[in-house]
Amino acid sequence: MTAELGHYALILAAIVAIAQSIVPLIGAQKRWADWMEFSVPTAQVQFLLVGISFAMLTWAFVTSDFSVELVAANSHSDKPMLYKVTGVWGNHEGSLLLWVLTLALFGAMVAWWGDNLPPTLKARVLSVQAMVGVAFYAFILFTSNPFTRLEFPPMDGNDLNPLLQDPGLAFHPPFLYIGYVGLSTTFSFAVAALIEGKVTPAWARWVRPWALAAWVCLTIGIGLGSWWAYYELGWGGWWFWDPVENASFMPWLISAALLHSAIVTEKRNTLKSWTILLAILAFSFSLIGTFIVRSGVITSVHAFASDPTRGMFILGILAVSIGGALTLFALRAHELRSNVVFGVLSRESALVMNNVLLAVSAGVVFIGTLWPLIAEFLTGAKISVGPPFFNIAFTPFFVALGMILPIGAMMPWKRAKLGKTIRPLTGAIALSLAVGCFIWATQTGGGMIAPIGGLLATWLVLGAATDLAFRAKAGQVSGGETFRRLRNLPRADWGKATAHSGLGILMFAAATITVWQTEDIRTMTPGDTFEKAGYTLRFDGVERARVENYISDMAQITAFKDGEVVAILNPEKRFYPVQSFPTTEAAIDRSITRDLYISLGDRQDDGSWAVRTWVKPYANWLWVGMLMMAFGGILSLTDRRFRIGAPAQKGSRVAAVPAE
Amino acid sequence: MRALLIALMLWATPSMAVQPDEVLDDPVLEQRAREISEGLRCLVCRNENIDLSNAELARDLRIVVRERLVAGDTDEEVLDFMVARYGEFVLLQPRFHAGNAALWLAGPALLLLGGGIAIAFIRRRRPESASDTLTEAERARLDALLKENDDV
Repeated sequence: MTAELGHYALILAAIVAIAQSIVPLIGAQKRWADWMEFSVPTAQVQFLLVGISFAMLTWAFVTSDFSVELVAANSHSDKPMLYKVTGVWGNHEGSLLLWVLTLALFGAMVAWWGDNLPPTLKARVLSVQAMVGVAFYAFILFTSNPFTRLEFPPMDGNDLNPLLQDPGLAFHPPFLYIGYVGLSTTFSFAVAALIEGKVTPAWARWVRPWALAAWVCLTIGIGLGSWWAYYELGWGGWWFWDPVENASFMPWLISAALLHSAIVTEKRNTLKSWTILLAILAFSFSLIGTFIVRSGVITSVHAFASDPTRGMFILGILAVSIGGALTLFALRAHELRSNVVFGVLSRESALVMNNVLLAVSAGVVFIGTLWPLIAEFLTGAKISVGPPFFNIAFTPFFVALGMILPIGAMMPWKRAKLGKTIRPLTGAIALSLAVGCFIWATQTGGGMIAPIGGLLATWLVLGAATDLAFRAKAGQVSGGETFRRLRNLPRADWGKATAHSGLGILMFAAATITVWQTEDIRTMTPGDTFEKAGYTLRFDGVERARVENYISDMAQITAFKDGEVVAILNPEKRFYPVQSFPTTEAAIDRSITRDLYISLGDRQDDGSWAVRTWVKPYANWLWVGMLMMAFGGILSLTDRRFRIGAPAQKGSRVAAVPAE
Repeated sequence: MRALLIALMLWATPSMAVQPDEVLDDPVLEQRAREISEGLRCLVCRNENIDLSNAELARDLRIVVRERLVAGDTDEEVLDFMVARYGEFVLLQPRFHAGNAALWLAGPALLLLGGGIAIAFIRRRRPESASDTLTEAERARLDALLKENDDV
């Protein structure tokens, strides 16, 4: 019964969403208050219904109801409970249900906390949000029903894939989804503003938390995926420029641009049409990302053809929503002009440059990702666009971004003087140049990548610190006063400094791990030792054991430094007989300056074992950098001005608080 | 998601890509072989280079690369050899030619375009250029905006 109940609730939710997309829109046009107010209960009921539907599917997974096709295909009675639950969204149908659940949740949140929104805007936002919902309900109900029953239920489920039973992977998709769907809310706000025909600073203030929350979730989602790949894939790769990754990276870049341009719209009431366009683009990239992942179109045009219904359906959603929004934009953008003035050198200009660089880098990723498809379509030539291309074509834009960031971040609004802005940064400039030169002079090989990485990291971190110190008038007032001022700075300032420093740290780690990582491949028998980057590594042997449902070959390798034991590493090879599926479990000894990363290979004919060892410098800084960026975003989200009302609504205590 | 999971499963099979018996004695040649391998696609895998892949084909290609290097080929000659054998699909970094020009020029072109529009936009916003002619229009607009804000 439960599956049918879930299916039924989903159909009801779709019907409610249809009503929610039509009635408030007409109400807003005709200024009928009760028609506009209709958006609030429908948004809540819709969320309740999808919630029931999702709960029913979760119940089927938790109770291992193998009469439901999806459960039979994607679960197993022996799975730990955590992975039974995460299995709900570990597949196509379930992940789409999670998508609409999040979409409905965000709509309900606008309904709950949108009391200070102008009634017409609120009605239109909720209506557009529901239209997006309708498209996805139709997609699920017509092409990807998660509640299909099997006529002959199997005794047990099919999937016990050991590799996917991992916390890093289990929580990576939900974060990405919340990010994608968060961008649907900024999209709804943008389209609603276009229908209204006006964009005010208050609008930008309502939009920014959603953009920020979406960006934070994308950062965490991408970070989790990267972290998982690093320890699970057996060689410590953390970014592959794979189409599926690029699909999440493009919305990340555009939402980063959006949350910066929304600041200009909020504070200075300009850059309005660009902010609107970015909001449309950000969600468009989320949809394109979904299309890329769902349709399999990127692997080959033929994969798309093998199951064209789903691909065509998403392509249709894509065409209607992006095409419709852009048409509306073309019709209305000219009404959004403003005559606000600012100097060629100003915070406004700096943020425009930030937006150009972020948008261009997103464009490069977009074209690189789609190029094999375009080339095959145009000329029939099959070509590959892989990591070497992206490293060359993408990196320069981020280097340029890092170079201008601290200066732009310190520029005053309206009109800046370059000399005056740079003066407090003199120390940061000198020190980062010194760090760059020092790395260049002391490294052996590696070219300019590590020196530039070191220079940028120092520059971004010190630049952020200088910004804070400058705001707190450090050096001009007493130490105690400086401390008091620092404490009283808005959280958004601390968030900005934290996120920008995190970007610097990430850049440093990315540069050094790329050029300084060293590797060693050899065969070893028990007792063998070798030297690696100042460590002596001793191979103590391999033990075979039967563990639960797999056979384990676990090696022990002892790492010594100056005769002292530093670490004992246990790289492992597992073989799962049921799935006849081998996996590697690399052993990682983590530290601040390096990771010692060892993978166990095959047993050789002479009885020795293949062992692969890496020393990965500053690997942990990758995760620290990503975490700092996400944390900076969260700090900024909790800023006072988002917690209290928008500017035109002084006295109102309730604001559009986004998901955290 | 399924495509992702399959991709991940393919990746996650034991990654002992380069086997110890493949490694060349000459560390300089071996280093060159590694760098070349990182730019060559494992043709039967999903977006994976031959240096990381466990596929049989990848191993064969790694050995061919090393044989060519030992025979005295330059890096460029090894790549040419691979392209002649498998087509341009084997290169992870597409070559620059008429068919690919749009790909390689996309970044610079977008930067010129975006930068140009941005600079034009910023210059129009300069107070000097605006204050002489637009004072009244500005004031009217400002009033309108202030009013608009009050209405919100």
